[in-house]
Amino acid sequence: MEIQMQYYLLVSTVMFFAGVYGFVTRRNLIAILLSIELILNAVNINFAVFNRYLFPGQMEGLFFSIFSIAIAAAETAVAIAIIVNIYRNLKNIEVKNLDELKD
Amino acid sequence: MEFTLEQAGFAFLAAVIVIFSIMTVTTKRILRAATYLLFVLFATAGIYFQLNYSFLGAVQLLIYAGGIIVLYVFSILLTSSDEDKKAPLRNRRTLSGLIVSIVGAVMCIYLLLTHCYPPVLFAEGEVDMHAIGYAMMGTGKYQYLLPFEAVSVLLLACIIGGLLIARKRK
Repeated sequence: MEIQMQYYLLVSTVMFFAGVYGFVTRRNLIAILLSIELILNAVNINFAVFNRYLFPGQMEGLFFSIFSIAIAAAETAVAIAIIVNIYRNLKNIEVKNLDELKD
Repeated sequence: MEFTLEQAGFAFLAAVIVIFSIMTVTTKRILRAATYLLFVLFATAGIYFQLNYSFLGAVQLLIYAGGIIVLYVFSILLTSSDEDKKAPLRNRRTLSGLIVSIVGAVMCIYLLLTHCYPPVLFAEGEVDMHAIGYAMMGTGKYQYLLPFEAVSVLLLACIIGGLLIARKRK
């Protein structure tokens, strides 16, 4: 064991807050989704690292990461379906144009 | 002080993750952002492999890098318009985003570096694949058949929901 646990957590912290920055500043819906993927991925790294370093005999973090990846995939699929539908109606997926729910 | 191979590998993966995750949220072209996100996901899979979680790394490569990014690229190509490229990235939310992320990151890093961790019980060696399979398919304590089935129902619901939302209306 040569690498301290803190280094992994530092990397995932930087990734998480890069995602937060993108989530706040981006205006394209797909760019916002990409930022959410960054956030989810950083959290998955944390689960795996905590499991490996603090509770190596158990597998809770491993399974939480696996289920989190599956749920992220499902969320992405539905979100992209909604975005394609929005594009079909408005020809645009900028957030500032999405101020009405139905026509 | 000498670097071992493991430390050099970790330094490379960490540099890739940090650089490309920041480039993902700062680049103007949305397709480039998706490509940089792909690099970040590859490096994350590398970190899982380094932690000896080969199964998790394989799942990451298959689902994220193989599936989700392809979905993103398709949807970007379907929905891209010329306005995305011309629109300036700089707006009034940039400052607030910078403040939120920098303050949060500094606070978290400070806590990370000053916190007293419980003793590390690092165990070398791969997690047994049989153990993963039995834990995923068992119904006892610390076994995960019920969430596994719940995820499968969720995926079915997502397929139906996606079809319903994106179908052509008459």
